Amino acid sequence: MSALLEVRNLQVRVEEREILHGLSLKVNKGEVHAIMGPNGSGKSTLSHVIAGKPGYEVTGGEILFKGEDLLEMDPDERAAKGVFLAFQYPVEIPGVATMTFLRTALNAQRKARGESEYSTPDFLKKVRAVAASLNIPQEMLRRGVNVGFSGGEKKRNEVLQMALFEPSLCILDEMDSGLDIDALRIAADGVNALRSSERAMVVITHYQRLLNYIVPDFVHVMSKGKVVKSGGKELALELEESGYAQFEDQAA
Amino acid sequence: MNLALVKPTMDGAASDVFVAARDRLPGKGPVAEVRQAAFDDFAQKGLPHRRIEEWKYTDLRVLLREIAPLAGPPDQAALDRARKALASLDVNGAHRLVLVDGAFATQLSDTASEAGVTVRTLRAMLESTDVAARADLLRTSVASDAMISLNAAMATDGIVIDVAENAAPSKPIHIVHVSTQSKTAAFTRSLVKVENGARVTLIESFVAVDGAAGYQAHDSVVLWAGNGVDVQHIRLVEDARDAANIATAIVTLGEHTQYRAFNLTSGGAVCRYQAFLRFGGQNSHADVNGISLLNGRQHADNTLVLDHAVPHCTSNEVFRAVVDDSAHSVFQGRINVHPDAQKTDARMMTRALLLSDEAEADNKPELEIFADDVQCGHGATTGALDDSLLFYLRARGLPEKEAQALLIQAFVGEAMESIADEALRDVAIATAERWLAARG
Repeated sequence: MSALLEVRNLQVRVEEREILHGLSLKVNKGEVHAIMGPNGSGKSTLSHVIAGKPGYEVTGGEILFKGEDLLEMDPDERAAKGVFLAFQYPVEIPGVATMTFLRTALNAQRKARGESEYSTPDFLKKVRAVAASLNIPQEMLRRGVNVGFSGGEKKRNEVLQMALFEPSLCILDEMDSGLDIDALRIAADGVNALRSSERAMVVITHYQRLLNYIVPDFVHVMSKGKVVKSGGKELALELEESGYAQFEDQAA
Repeated sequence: MNLALVKPTMDGAASDVFVAARDRLPGKGPVAEVRQAAFDDFAQKGLPHRRIEEWKYTDLRVLLREIAPLAGPPDQAALDRARKALASLDVNGAHRLVLVDGAFATQLSDTASEAGVTVRTLRAMLESTDVAARADLLRTSVASDAMISLNAAMATDGIVIDVAENAAPSKPIHIVHVSTQSKTAAFTRSLVKVENGARVTLIESFVAVDGAAGYQAHDSVVLWAGNGVDVQHIRLVEDARDAANIATAIVTLGEHTQYRAFNLTSGGAVCRYQAFLRFGGQNSHADVNGISLLNGRQHADNTLVLDHAVPHCTSNEVFRAVVDDSAHSVFQGRINVHPDAQKTDARMMTRALLLSDEAEADNKPELEIFADDVQCGHGATTGALDDSLLFYLRARGLPEKEAQALLIQAFVGEAMESIADEALRDVAIATAERWLAARG
């Protein structure tokens, strides 16, 4: 059986600078992978390229998702196929009510998959249930997307979307940045509730702290645009002790 | 040595328009004299062009070229077509007054009387025997301009409304201009007097029947509000895509009065809305907001002149524009703060969303402040849709077109939030949605 996500020898440039120099990664259904590494190692670039953010030039390698060439797809097609990127810095969209946004997005994905659109009552029921489990008040859903939300609320809103869209691959880009410990716990609980044998997660983080809450099956260390070491969850603890410096030498 | 530079400002064609129309214009004697004087003023100035500072971005000699011949009165077939065009404009419960090709259409209007509101037509008043009053209907001292003069010279009809002291009519008053003809010009002039303590909502719509093309709608509204008055004024310009709409509002406010205006332009090839607002009494407030939704080669100009002539008044102007293709949006905002108008607070903000490389938005704020204890500010932004917002929406499954449409809707929707009345806001939103839907 083929992997859910397979990144093969990926080379990526931004403008004239190569950021990823031949990165490979294989993620199967049901697995949680952590990608760790120092600032500038290319972690966020990887997540952006998987989601299809413009501005990155893939100069080599490929990304297969469910056996299909992901790089050939527009960002919205990737979303409809089941790729979900939880943003490090979710954007604020004034004038678009969160509820409207959620419904428009969910129905766009369903339409792209040839599924019927949700009726309003069914949709509301679903959103309310998920929102309640994440401690998101109804009032927040009436506001503009992320407008006036705290850092923690923004991340919970990302988890809310993850729960609603039911993607098969979740990429969490630095989910812990800007969160205090309580906010982190709520968001992580939300993510853990979505762990399933049908879904894979890639958790990108600078710090080991997040991995106390979302415990990975595999840990990969990135440095200078490559995976330089892979291992089990104990690798994260090891890194906490020794730091990233050893790998920087190794990659160079 | 005396040197006089004589420059012909008007070609023969324009004065032909007046000469040809003169006998059909209502009002004799003093009214005809006022018309002639107004036309002479227009003929001397000529069509405004880019070297006239107030018309810098809207050169009517290029955009309009000439004044079209005066529209004739509509026949029954035209009225029947106009009735169809009204169908999509139903503002819930509004008191509707319809002008077709510059003539009041009784059979399309609500004639039921409403307590505290007197409605007459300009034509009837100009033809009335009350000599003293009738010539003043075409005069204004607040603003002068070639197009205001032309309108005074040529006005065939309009609505004259008087809202009595302390009256608060439950229905909004909706003046609808319908054009049914092609390549003619209609000239209308409405006068609204809101007496002390009254509250009223005024809506103006400009529409055309299918097939009406290349026409010109020339309109003026003279609004006088007394003390303790509350006026909401919404304009919805949905003229035919190759039509011109040249409109002036002249507004005078008393004390403790609130005036809230919103101007939505989504139709027309060449639109100019010029509002001259004068604070004549203290502790009054004006919101003058609007949005232009433009594509193709549309040109829309909003020009506001606010005169803070007395102390303790506040004003806020917020204008937005969505400009696609090679359309052109113009905003000119002038705020005059007179020497004793202390404690004035006047603000002006414009935002333009450019959806194509050829789209253009010009902003010209002007503050002229002669008092020293005032707060005045202006700001302007112009830009494309935010790439990071577009990517976020696309990463959530919205195709490119839908993501753009949602962000445009949001930009438009925020502008609409300034319309306090929910029913009116819905009318404005429906108008904007028609534009967005047509955009595809």
